[in-house]
Amino acid sequence: MSVIIIIFLATGLVFFAGGAIGIIRFPDFYSRLHPAGKLDTAGLFMTMIALALYTIYEFNVDNLITALKIILIVVFVFLTSPVATHAIVDAGVRAGLKPWTKEKEKEDNK
Amino acid sequence: MTDLTGDSQKPDDAAYLVDELENTSHKKSISSIIVTFFILMAIWVLLSGKFDTFHITLGIISSAIIAFFFSDLLFRNLILGRLPRVWFRFIVYIPWLIYQIFLANIHVLYLVFHPRMLELIDPKIIEFRSKLKKEMSILTFANSITLTPGTITVSATVLGKFAVHAIDETSGRALPGEMEKRVERIFED
Repeated sequence: MSVIIIIFLATGLVFFAGGAIGIIRFPDFYSRLHPAGKLDTAGLFMTMIALALYTIYEFNVDNLITALKIILIVVFVFLTSPVATHAIVDAGVRAGLKPWTKEKEKEDNK
Repeated sequence: MTDLTGDSQKPDDAAYLVDELENTSHKKSISSIIVTFFILMAIWVLLSGKFDTFHITLGIISSAIIAFFFSDLLFRNLILGRLPRVWFRFIVYIPWLIYQIFLANIHVLYLVFHPRMLELIDPKIIEFRSKLKKEMSILTFANSITLTPGTITVSATVLGKFAVHAIDETSGRALPGEMEKRVERIFED
């Protein structure tokens, strides 16, 4: 059981780390939102599943309710995270920021 | 109504928009109040975790008040008979979505850690027109696209026009594709 929990936790942390590094490495505003908005969701999913499993290891009603609350966190993040990402992208589009593309990069280098 | 149709270049779109506006007028139905009440009550019980009379009564009172005033925010045009079927199909859809999210996450993770990342990515905005008609299915589809890494929905309209920012060729190729079909199967029939 604890092996499964550790595997989930480690995978989740790898996703979180990837998200953090991706924000720095990607070239522009829009592409940076990809790791920021989504790798975090996957990381949260993994780590929260691990925590829920850890909580119901000793099974009783109190622990079950705690585990369900943890799952509820995941549900709400899954609902709100895409909306927040979309709001940020929309703000960028409305402000008139052009996305980074390969063609533009080549033109700039000429 | 005639003004709207006259101003627009595409009569189909305008007619549909008018139709949509009339459907979504703010009328409260008993069934949507009841369903909202039960959802709120379930969340109350889960979050409080206490089952004595005092806490349950407080929950019933506050859920009833909120359900009465704000039921039209959660469900519009609720048809009670279809609800169990739609929710069942939605719950079946979730594991597939999580599987897709997982696959796509691994792809973005690979991109992030790749040493020559700048050569691999090719961000572009893809525009397409979706077959989806209902507000709920467009919302679900747009959020599913954003949740799947590699693609972000830039804009989605009631009429089904989508603009999607894709990080590279592989992520963008799958759109609209299978996900749209699955969402369509849930909400529209």
